[in-house]
Amino acid sequence: MPEIRFAGVRHAYGERVVLESIDLQLTERRIGIVGGNGSGKSTLARMINGLVMPTGGTVSVDGLDTHRDGKGVRARVGFVFTDPDNQIVMPTVQEDVAFSLRRSGLSKDERRARVQDTLQRFGLGEHADHPPHLLSGGQKQLLALAAVLVRRPRLLVADEPTTLLDLRNARMVGELLAGLDEQLVLVTHHLELLHGFDRVVVIDGGRVAADDAPAPALAAYRALLG
Amino acid sequence: MIGAYRPGSSLLHRMPAGPKLLGLVVALVAIAVTRSWWTLGVATAATLALYAVARIPWSALWQQVRPLRWVVLFIGVLQWITTGWQAALMVTGTLVVSVALAALFTLTTRVTAMLDLTVKLLHPLRRFVDPDRVGLVLAMTIRAVPLMVSIVQDVQQARTARGVGFSLRAMAVPAVVRALRQADAMGDALIARGVDD
Repeated sequence: MPEIRFAGVRHAYGERVVLESIDLQLTERRIGIVGGNGSGKSTLARMINGLVMPTGGTVSVDGLDTHRDGKGVRARVGFVFTDPDNQIVMPTVQEDVAFSLRRSGLSKDERRARVQDTLQRFGLGEHADHPPHLLSGGQKQLLALAAVLVRRPRLLVADEPTTLLDLRNARMVGELLAGLDEQLVLVTHHLELLHGFDRVVVIDGGRVAADDAPAPALAAYRALLG
Repeated sequence: MIGAYRPGSSLLHRMPAGPKLLGLVVALVAIAVTRSWWTLGVATAATLALYAVARIPWSALWQQVRPLRWVVLFIGVLQWITTGWQAALMVTGTLVVSVALAALFTLTTRVTAMLDLTVKLLHPLRRFVDPDRVGLVLAMTIRAVPLMVSIVQDVQQARTARGVGFSLRAMAVPAVVRALRQADAMGDALIARGVDD
């Protein structure tokens, strides 16, 4: 599994410090990140693929610094956002997945084959020519996932991918994420999705408040919430 | 262009975007330059035949030319008054056939194929412009139109729900703020997808 390393990470938006003294070495296959609103967990997740650069310290993936080698990091790390509408660019499902491979260097036939495989894998084959806005919320999130995973990253970071979904769709996306071969860092408020995870990091007030197996980490999180 | 593509396996669907665009340009220039009843008649018949070959329903053709009706009416009346009914019929007929032909191109060509073509056509100018970046800008422009429509509709509904009457500021401020936030989020998503690497 890729190694994600936070070394003395600090981040501030102007005067407001959102992360402080973060030192983590993440190598597990399934990693959960939980915390209250504004705790800094999304900023932490975004640092993993270089969307946010730390104002202090370093973040690296497989030894690649997110600041110095953003391209290399992003080739390894896929990122799924809360709102799939922000990720969808093209007018049909198939084209949106194919869009991720535009600069991949693959031939047209290779791209086509990989897109078809990915659509089948996510149960979107029958929607290939549909406009994405006609899909359900769960299907849109599946499309966002497909568009990221078609690039075959080794690690997937998902920032609250089920927050906007109803229970059924949240469960469907959660099960799909749990079954992925790729290493997964999942930021979520749906704590039941972390069942079977290897490690859970609790962020509170911009610091690591707990870092343990799911049961003790989530107990610490619940205690924090009072 | 937005979501106009209709999946299919006809000859026109399978035809590469480049030759198809070239054919369209040649046809449009021929119709515009010759300006004869004979050309217009042949162009109309050929356009209808091509829609049939592409198995595009007539309702889709109507959908494409319908937005022109007020423009056609305005130009037709103006031409009739200034130059007579024959010129009015020729100008409006040319306009409708040209739009129908252009629409056939978008109805049978995927946006990705159009973007690939744009990138290819701009390749000789790569010292001055980045063809991939121009393709990306086009894709984003196409995506932005329905997004902006959706944002304006949401803001309008929120305003109605709060019982606020018409106010340009009450409409423009939240719509612009939301559009900027959406643009920011989409920018992040594009970076995360490695589009700009």
